[in-house]
Amino acid sequence: MKNKIFKNAKEALFDVNSGASIMSGGFGLCGIPENCIEQLSKMDIKDLSVISNNIGNSGRGLVKLLKKNMIKKAYCSYVGGNPDLEEKILSNTIDLELIPQGTFSERIRAHGMGIRAFYTPTGYGTLIGEGKEVKEFDRPCILETSLGADFAIIKAQKADSFGNLWFKEAARNFSPLMAMAATTTIVEVEEIVELGGIKAEDVHLSGIFVQRVFQGSHYENAIEFLKVSEE
Amino acid sequence: MSWSKIEMAKEALGLIPDGASINLGIGLPTLISEILPKKHDYIIHSENGVLGVGARPTKEQVSPTLINAGKETISVIPGASFFDSSTSFGMIRGGHIDYCILGGMEVDCERSLANWMIPGKKITGMGGAMDLVNGAKNVIVMMTHQNKDGTTKLVKQCTLPLTGKAVVNTIVTDFGVFQFDQEKFKVLKLAAGVSLNDLGSRELFVE
Repeated sequence: MKNKIFKNAKEALFDVNSGASIMSGGFGLCGIPENCIEQLSKMDIKDLSVISNNIGNSGRGLVKLLKKNMIKKAYCSYVGGNPDLEEKILSNTIDLELIPQGTFSERIRAHGMGIRAFYTPTGYGTLIGEGKEVKEFDRPCILETSLGADFAIIKAQKADSFGNLWFKEAARNFSPLMAMAATTTIVEVEEIVELGGIKAEDVHLSGIFVQRVFQGSHYENAIEFLKVSEE
Repeated sequence: MSWSKIEMAKEALGLIPDGASINLGIGLPTLISEILPKKHDYIIHSENGVLGVGARPTKEQVSPTLINAGKETISVIPGASFFDSSTSFGMIRGGHIDYCILGGMEVDCERSLANWMIPGKKITGMGGAMDLVNGAKNVIVMMTHQNKDGTTKLVKQCTLPLTGKAVVNTIVTDFGVFQFDQEKFKVLKLAAGVSLNDLGSRELFVE
């Protein structure tokens, strides 16, 4: 099996250039590819299209790229909790496509699965449905097209050298979908294991969808709202 | 005298039968998780990829990868499962979730909801709300009855951008519980001291 292990974020992201489209996994700050984002923020690139549910949150994650004006177009579902993004939207200094979260994940999944488009009731009769084809099934549905990208940057808990992945708890969210939808998928992990180190039946995402893997470091794994039982 | 937020949460929870699967939205609906009895049969879904959300975690249980859609730390119950966002929204859109409870900015008597932006002023994005209102079997909106300026949020037709058209089943406010009857708000229950005349345009409400 081909060895896909890279040394670090810098080497794994060597061919990301200005104008690239990049999918970035994570929900809020949970499961975000911290090392890849940090490396991108240091690179001399701009006019990126970024596809990510939140485009960072609470001043962290992809907000680093936002603040350096590296993002030309953003695709996301939720802006709440990200004042840096809201400010750019209201002042019209970023091109934004807001997508309902289920449609967002399904458009990405569809691209990876070779489905060009699908009909969904989500968004019918709203701004999201404007200009889109409507078709009546049991109820009116709108046509949504698939969404792919040049790169996906994602984080997993464990990978083997083929890129088989295992995610921890709720950190999976959009990451396996994005891995399937990008031309080049770059995965950073907490732990690289030997082939077979993730049992075949426990593989969450097959390495066929992964091009590069590297061992991450200095993880912050930030918690946005710590709620603890008083008992 | 209107209901407190906790009383609103109790009213909303009272609408839901034991054993139901529930998705709780960000904002007021999260209060429902605070008032759940210690032992209950509800199955709580969180759209970031968790079915079987439990109580707040102990210090030992806290994990940065164990959060709900409000990005708060959670625990999970025995029998819980994790999955990707596409599967999570498949549960919602596919009609596998019994109830969703969302916050609201406006609901109109055509059963439409607006809750994701005020043009030029505020934009939170719709997150999963558009999928939830079109997918969950029952849609409950939980919100204060009035805006800060005293105008009512239960209106003839929404003026804000819609989250969903003709999708709401029940509204719980601090003034009462409402459903719909021939394009009017049907009053199911009123908080003590609240009268029909307090609700908004009188012709929009029927008993």
